[in-house]
Amino acid sequence: MAEWTRVCPVDDIDPEDVIRFDHAGRTYAVYRAEDGTAFATDGLCTHENVHLADGLVMGDQIECPKHNGRFNIKTGQALRAPVCINLKTWPARVVDGHIEIEV
Amino acid sequence: MTVTADSARDYSLTGVDTERAKAEGLANADWYHTDVPRKVMKELMQRRDGPAIRDTALWFALLGLTAWGGVAFWGSWSCVPFWFAYGVLYGSACDSRWHECGHGTAFRTQWMNDLVYHIASFQVVRNPVSWRWSHARHHTDTIIVGRDPEIACMRPPNVVKLLAAYAGVYGMWESLVGLVKNALGQLTDGEKDYIPQTEWAKAILAARLHMAVYAATLVAAVAWQSWIPLMLIGGPRIYGAWHMIMTGLIQHCGLAENVTDHRLNSRTVYMNPVSRWLYWNMNYHVEHHMFPMVPYHALPRLHEVLKHDLPVPNSSIWDAYREAIPAVLRQARDLNYAVRKPLPPTARPYQEGATNG
Repeated sequence: MAEWTRVCPVDDIDPEDVIRFDHAGRTYAVYRAEDGTAFATDGLCTHENVHLADGLVMGDQIECPKHNGRFNIKTGQALRAPVCINLKTWPARVVDGHIEIEV
Repeated sequence: MTVTADSARDYSLTGVDTERAKAEGLANADWYHTDVPRKVMKELMQRRDGPAIRDTALWFALLGLTAWGGVAFWGSWSCVPFWFAYGVLYGSACDSRWHECGHGTAFRTQWMNDLVYHIASFQVVRNPVSWRWSHARHHTDTIIVGRDPEIACMRPPNVVKLLAAYAGVYGMWESLVGLVKNALGQLTDGEKDYIPQTEWAKAILAARLHMAVYAATLVAAVAWQSWIPLMLIGGPRIYGAWHMIMTGLIQHCGLAENVTDHRLNSRTVYMNPVSRWLYWNMNYHVEHHMFPMVPYHALPRLHEVLKHDLPVPNSSIWDAYREAIPAVLRQARDLNYAVRKPLPPTARPYQEGATNG
């Protein structure tokens, strides 16, 4: 059953940036948007097994560091080749200055 | 270093070496990366429109000016320097524009990347759909035999073919044959391997559009009884491709195959400013392969960040050829030979072997 899991203090992630979060045998990408909102997706690109946390966040998009494919971090939608398969997203929130994701 | 058996390689993407690469963990492997602080890398990855708008405006202006000169002075020797410059601007600079815009890093604004990508794809006679996927594979499995569709220097080397590449005819012929096949609805086994099936129809449509423009150019040349349409469209891919070949061949030739450390299979070369502008800084090739999301205009800064961990770059294009030519010739006798450059004392050791990502 999914439960809210604390990731890190919100200030550990710069605005418009991402970190890798490994939990219970799975890897996630956790984002902090420019306005402070938190988002979370699967951590690996759907094209090849590359950690998105090494990529670049531009507005509401994350660019994969290997092939420059892009996803919308809010919806997981694949936006630019070579990614074709959408990314799974996870609920995220900021509570008491910490980012939590529901996984 | 993983060494392929001492026999002729199978560079197809569906052959013996493909299976060997997969079995040895060389396909989609974890590659070596120099440690760069996140804040520094984030700053280097930032996209800007300004540099590419400036460079593209200059590129189009020079194309227009040199095309005008070539046509205006047609029939006299005065047209030669104009066609020489036009040829290089069209038939060589297109490669770096195709490359950077294909990565989506040249401009911050994506439609600008896409627009220039399609123009440059046409100029360089590459199917814009299939080559996008081909290049993605080149970055996943750089110079992995049986996996990388963009290996220019195969072993044993075909020296005649490499020399002929400078004349542009061979490359043009190979590219046109590929486009014609695509336009007829055919994809090679290799293309089917690296292009998702959902993209096949787009690749065929793109080839048909390109071939339609070439057919129109040919019709215009015949109708007007003039070489000028062919000098302007398509022809520069032959007579102006030499700079693209000159810079492209030293990216990887003579270096290692089947390794997972770009410092072993890619070459950074210091170049003159004109070649760097035409090439959009792809002379920083180790840096580009290690961090492909860094735009061309930030590669000199990335080089400064990484150089403590990289082999000393070649000092010039000439210096790179002095290294690559003997190595390629030696590979005719010794298939496993590759240049292995010493690392500076500040560098981490080369990554030996492979692990699947």
